[in-house]
Formats: sequence, C-alpha cells, structure tokens
Amino acid sequence: MAIDTARYRRRKRRNTRTSVLSLLATVLGVGILAIILGTLVYKGFGGLGLDVFTEMTPPPGSAGGLLNAIVGSLIMTAIGVAIGTPIGVLAGTYMAEYGRYNKLTMVVRFINDILLSAPSIVMGLFVYTIMVAPMGHFSGYAGAVALALLVIPIVVRTTEDMLLLVPGSLREAASALGMPRSLVVQRIAYKAARAGIITGVLLAVARVSGETAPLLFTALNNQFWSTNLNAPFSSLPVVIFQFALSPYADWQRLAWVGALIITCAVLALSIAARWLSSSRTSQ
Amino acid sequence: MVDVTLHLPTRSSEAEAERAVVLGKLRRGDSIFRWLTLGAAVSVLIILGAVFVSLIDGSIPAFRQFGLGFITTESWNPVTEKFGALAPIYGTLITSALAMLFAVPIGLGIAIFLTELCPPLLRRPIGIAIELLAGIPSIIYGIWGLFFFAPFLQRTLQPALIDTFANVPILSTLFEGPPYGIGILTASFILAIMVLPFITAISRDVFDTVPIVLKESAYGIGCTTSEVVRRVVIPYTRVGLIGGAMLGLGRALGETMAVTFVIGNAHRISGSLLAPGTTISATIANEFTEAVGELYTSSLVALGLILFFITFLVLAAARLMLMMLERKAGK
Repeated sequence: MAIDTARYRRRKRRNTRTSVLSLLATVLGVGILAIILGTLVYKGFGGLGLDVFTEMTPPPGSAGGLLNAIVGSLIMTAIGVAIGTPIGVLAGTYMAEYGRYNKLTMVVRFINDILLSAPSIVMGLFVYTIMVAPMGHFSGYAGAVALALLVIPIVVRTTEDMLLLVPGSLREAASALGMPRSLVVQRIAYKAARAGIITGVLLAVARVSGETAPLLFTALNNQFWSTNLNAPFSSLPVVIFQFALSPYADWQRLAWVGALIITCAVLALSIAARWLSSSRTSQ
Repeated sequence: MVDVTLHLPTRSSEAEAERAVVLGKLRRGDSIFRWLTLGAAVSVLIILGAVFVSLIDGSIPAFRQFGLGFITTESWNPVTEKFGALAPIYGTLITSALAMLFAVPIGLGIAIFLTELCPPLLRRPIGIAIELLAGIPSIIYGIWGLFFFAPFLQRTLQPALIDTFANVPILSTLFEGPPYGIGILTASFILAIMVLPFITAISRDVFDTVPIVLKESAYGIGCTTSEVVRRVVIPYTRVGLIGGAMLGLGRALGETMAVTFVIGNAHRISGSLLAPGTTISATIANEFTEAVGELYTSSLVALGLILFFITFLVLAAARLMLMMLERKAGK
C-alpha cells in the first residue's frame, strides 16, 4: 500500500496553518484587552486621588474632581434600575410561569431580544420626544427613564432563563400542598431562581452605568452639584465625553480618571455577577 | 348531644365563611399577580411600538419637506436647512461592513481555538477575558481610540498604506490623502474591536452545539483538526454563525460613542477610507442638542428612524437564524 506522502504533508501543513491562525487571533483578542486596560491604568491612575471623589467638576484650567458626576450617575442608575427591574422581572415571570408555550410569549421573547441589542441612542431620542420635549427642559428623570428602557430587556431575558431552570417538580409539590399559583411563583420559583435574577440585575447595572448615548439629550449634563432630578443632571459618562473632546489638558486628564473609574466599576460588577451565577450552579 | 349537633353547623359555617374570605383574597391576589405579569410582558411590545410611532411622528416634517430624496441626498446644511441622509447612511454601512470584515474571521479563529485547540486549563480564563471585553462601556473604546489608537495608526499603518498603494489603480483612491488618524478606517477598527467579543462568544456557543459524536467520528477516520472544523463543525453550524455575525452587525450599526470619537464628523462621502466621515448615530450624538428649528430636529429624528429600521431588520433576521439552529439542536 503506497502512502500518498505529498497529500499527507499538504493536509498537515493546512492543519498547522489553521491552528497557528486561530492561536494568533486569540493572542490578538486578549492582547487588545490588555492594551486597553493598560492604557486606562497608565493614563488614569496618575490623576486618581482623593479630590476626584470630593471635588466638583472644575471649569477649565483649575483643579477639581468628579464628585457631582459620580453621584449623578449613581442616582440615575439607581432610579433606572428601580423602574426597570420590577417590569423586567414581572414580564420574565409571565413568560416562564404563565404563558410558557403561548404565542404572546414567543412574540415578546423575539421583540425583547431585538430590544436587547437595539441602538441605545434611539432610546435617547424616544425619551426626548416623550419626556424632554413636552416638559420643555432636560431632566434627570428623563435620563433615568432612558436607562430603565435599557434595563428592562436584560432583566426580562435573565429572569425568564433562570425561572425556566427551576425544576417543575418544585412547583408541583407546592401546588399539591394547596398553594395558589401566585404564591408558588413568589415563594418557590423566585426563591429558587434568586441568584440568577440578581445576576441579571447586576449585569443590567453594569451595562447601564457606562451608557452615554441615551443620556446626551435626556439628562444632558450639569457642571454643578445638583440633586434636583427635575433639572439637567450630571453623569460620569457624559462628563467623560465632554472632557475628552475638550482642548484642555486638565479636563482630558479627568476624562481618563473617569474612564478608569467606570471601567473598574463595570468589570467589578461583571465579575460579581459571574461569581454569583457560578457559585449557584456549583451548588 | 343535641346541643352539639345544633352548634356544629353554625360553627362550621363561620369557619367556612372565614375560609371563603381567605380563599377569595388568595384568588384575587392570584389574578392580580397574573394580570401584573401579563401587563409587564405586553409593555415590552408597547415599548417597541411606541419607539417606532414616536420616531415616525417626529420625522414627518423632514420627510414632508424632502420626500424620499432625504435618503438619496448627500448635502447636510443646517444654515440653508437642506438635509440629506446619504452621507451618514453610507458611513454607517461602510464602517459596519469593514468592522465585520475584520471581526468575523478573528472571532471565528478565537472560537475555533477555544473549542478545538485550547488546553482545558486556559479555556475558561480566555473565555472570561473575551466576555469581559464585551462588558467595557463603548465610551472607553472611544476615548482609547481617540487618544491612543488613532495617533498610533496615524504614525504607523496609515502612512504605510498610502505609500504602498500610491501607484496601484483602485487601491490608491481607497487609501488617498493625508493620514489624519481619525476617519472611516479607524472607526471600523474600533467597531471591530467592540463587536469581536459578541461574535466570539456566540460562535463558541454555537460550536458547542455540534454533537460530539459527529466530531469524534470525523477524527476517528483520520481527519485533522482543520478538516473537522471545515467539513463538520462549520457546515453543521452555518446558520448559527451567520446569525451570530448579524447580531454583531446589529450592534455595530447602532454603536454611537466609540464611533463619535474617531469618525471625524464630516458630512461627505469620500472615496478614501482614511478620510473623515460620519455615521447616523454619530450625527445624532453630535448635533441633536444643538439643533435649532423644527426641520433640523426632525431630520435628525428621521435619521434615528432609518437607523432603528435597519438594525431592526438585521437583528430580526439574526434572531430567526439563531432560532433555526436552536430548533435543530433541540431535535
């Protein structure tokens, strides 16, 4: 039996080529992540001091911090999540518990998946037309609603997925004891899926806290300390956007510091969410 | 005894009444909760409908003024109030297409590495690192692109491209002009970096749906890894891969902040990839708060409507394709 050596070599070469190329792709992907994080730390860490967290955003040419922007972001994110989470959880509950196999659920799931990746700037435009234009001014409320619209699809998706993982026998056992359906959902299914649902909320917070586009023309920005949600409201991403595009060196420096803070916060949230969901599955 | 028989019915009717009250409360709570969840589920549909309606309503003045010519006109002049969407549409499509051109092969490569070649010890850390890349807010990519990546390209890649292709017929127009740093090509690179994690994560999940028996039998008859990937894994998952790529495309089309920083915001269509341009989302982000007059605002909303419509179609197609694969995997 003659072995076709040339063909064998060709196949081997081709295999090596594929392996090397995919290895290079991986090195490139991970390398870019390292470079981005490295640049952030290099540019942002030097400006990171206590005054970043205690001083207001400065006018150009003077020292200052990011306090009002950080607090503004926290407040708007909190309200956005507070509005979006109940709606998202309830919608996910309907899809997993009541209408698991009906048409409505299929349609909602399809539309929700589209909203999940819909351009966030369009959500900003939408909130502008329904809230900012009628009210006549930019406001923190409008910003929070825009963020809530981004929270809902994420929470719907994770809630439904997590409730579907709850074994049906748990629900049957509770129903057999005479528990009404709503209590079965609230006391049994929610409890069993709690870690997963919290993971979804954390992911939503992580996604929303870095969003800039929907805030640009809903909350706008505010240079000063303000907790009046009915007025233009400061937020960290918008401040980074303005400061980075400004010609002033000290504003640009603060933009890097803000970028470092946001990235650390978002990465910490994603890691917490991941840890939470992995500790649940290992149980 | 008689006493007891007389008392028992009254007592039990009392208990029964109590029981009925409690049961009624539970039943009411039950149906309230059910309707609440139903309302929340329907509200997801309402949100989508309301977005479409409000955008259409807001863009009526622009379309009434310019007609369908709005989509095919290039000029964008706030002073004379002449608006056309062609340059932003072109910019959106070309940057997204280029981004997919860069990101899809690399994403597939990483997914192949993770599922077929990677030592198990590294599989999880690399997978997690790639997924973390997906979580970084887009403004970070923007600021990184503007201050680090664009100057880097300006010094290295762009002069090299200009010099190399200066005398090649078609390519010389593609890589024409001074190396600005920012521009269509840089925006495409940043977009590619942004969608890479999505494409990688979905491709990896899709590759995992291939039944192990199929792969093992291919290896068993002596196939090399590259042959298994080319002949078994990719044909089996083709629909899902296309769906995943289109999901990435949907993201790229609507991405705002990363692009706004590095695109250059020039309302013209240039043959050169190194020239500054604009996209729909960058135009809206830059000009909306400064837009004065109904027609200007309305034209920007019309841009938003066009963007939403395009992404809706792309994302819907992507979801349908992924659903088809899921059905296949479920069988």
